[in-house]
Amino acid sequence: MKIPIKVLINNKEVKTMVEPRQLLVFLLRDQLRLTGTHIGCDTSSCGACTVHLDGNAVKSCTVLAVQVDGRSVHTIESMAGSALHPIQEGFKEEHGLQCGFCTPGMIMTTANLLRTCPNPSEHQIREALEGNICRCTGYHNIIKAVQYAADKLQKEVKHV
Amino acid sequence: MIPSSFEYMRVSTVAEAIDALRHDTDAKVLAGGHSLIPAMKLRLSQPSKLIDISRIPALNFIRDRGKYIAIGAATTHGTIATHKTTVQKLPLLAHAASMIGDVQVRNMGTIGGSIAHADPAADWPAVLLAAGATIVVEGSTGVKKIPASEFFVDFFTTQLGEGELITEIHVPEPTVGTYRQAYAKFVQPASRFAIVGCAIQFELKDGVISNAHVAYNGVLACAFRDAAVESSLNGQPLTEATIENAASKAGAGSNILSDNFASAPYRAHLTKIYTKRALQSCLA
Repeated sequence: MKIPIKVLINNKEVKTMVEPRQLLVFLLRDQLRLTGTHIGCDTSSCGACTVHLDGNAVKSCTVLAVQVDGRSVHTIESMAGSALHPIQEGFKEEHGLQCGFCTPGMIMTTANLLRTCPNPSEHQIREALEGNICRCTGYHNIIKAVQYAADKLQKEVKHV
Repeated sequence: MIPSSFEYMRVSTVAEAIDALRHDTDAKVLAGGHSLIPAMKLRLSQPSKLIDISRIPALNFIRDRGKYIAIGAATTHGTIATHKTTVQKLPLLAHAASMIGDVQVRNMGTIGGSIAHADPAADWPAVLLAAGATIVVEGSTGVKKIPASEFFVDFFTTQLGEGELITEIHVPEPTVGTYRQAYAKFVQPASRFAIVGCAIQFELKDGVISNAHVAYNGVLACAFRDAAVESSLNGQPLTEATIENAASKAGAGSNILSDNFASAPYRAHLTKIYTKRALQSCLA
C-alpha cells in the first residue's frame, strides 16, 4: 500500500505516494526523473548514488523513500547554477573523470567534505572518498580536482 | 534489488515501538537501515513491517552520567566519531566509529542497529567487549542491562529477545592516563567491514599491564574476548617481548571463519598481526 510523503528535494517541495519498499534512488531517478544520481553497485559500496540528506552525504540505494519524509534531499542537479559549481569545475579542469559514471557521487561526497573541512590534506581527501569507487582514473586526478575546488571555494569566501 | 513488500510505521516513543513489536512478531526495527536494508534487498530478511525508531529523541543522544557515558541506540556512527563527549572521554569508541564503513555509511548507520544485527565482521561488538560496555534492552516486561560479554552469542545472534528493543549503550569511562586502548582492523576494501579486527583495553600502572580486555571481530561466528591472550598480558611489562608473546597466542581457536575474502589459516595469521599492531599502538 502506498503512503504519502512530503520531501524537500533540491529546495522544492515534493508531495508524492510511495510504496514503503521504494528506495530513495528510485524515487529520484524513476519518479522525479533526476537521473544524475546513478546506481552502481546497489549494495552501498560504490557511492555512485550519493546524495545529501539534511546536508549529509548518504547512499540513496540504501535509504527508503519513506525515511526522508519531512526532510531535505539535495542531488547533483542542485550543484550548478548558471555556471558549474567549483567542485564540478575542478573535475573538468583537472580531468577528474573519464567515463563519468562515478562523478555525481564523487562531487556530492566532496561537497560534504569541503563543508566540514574546507582545506583538506591529501590524506583527508582520500579518506573522505573511501566510499566512492572509480574504475577509470586511478583517483590521482580526483584528488587534484578536490584540491582545485577547495582552493577556489576558499578564494570565493575571502572575497565575500 | 528491491525488498519484498512490508508495512511501514514511524514511532515517536520507545513505548510505542515496544507496543508495535508486541503486536507483530514478524516486524523489524528500522533505525539507520544500513544492516537491515541490504539484507532485505537480498531477501535474506522479509519482515512484515518496519518500525522506524530513528526519530525517537530518547534514543538519539550521548550523555556523561558520571561513572559511565550513555549512548542512545539510534545514535549514528558519525555522531559517535565526532561528538565532544565521546572524543574526549571514550577515545576508543570515537576512533573505532571513524573507521566504520565510509562517511556515507557513518551518516546513516547506528550503533544499536549494528549490535542488534551482530554481523561477525562488524566493528562495534569487539569494541564494546574491550570497553566493558553494557547493553540496555527494553521490552514489555521491563528494562534489562546485559553486559556486552553476554550479549553476543552466535552468528548474527544476540541475547535480544522477541519484542525487545536496544535503547542505550553504557560505556564506563576509562581513567585517562592509566588506561591504554586501541582498535586495529584489516579492511575488506569494498564493504569496509573488518576481515579481522582487534580491540584492546588494559590498565598500565608502573609499566605493568592489568585488567586486559582483548576482543576480536571477523574471526569467529561472533565477537569474543580471548582469555589466553589476556592472561599472557596481565602482570607483564608493556614491551615488544610481551607483545610478541601475546600475538603468538592469538588466533589459536578452532572454527575460524573462512570465506572468499580470507581462508581460515589466513585469518588466524591476520589475528596475530592485528593483535600485535593494536598492542604496538599502545606503546607510544
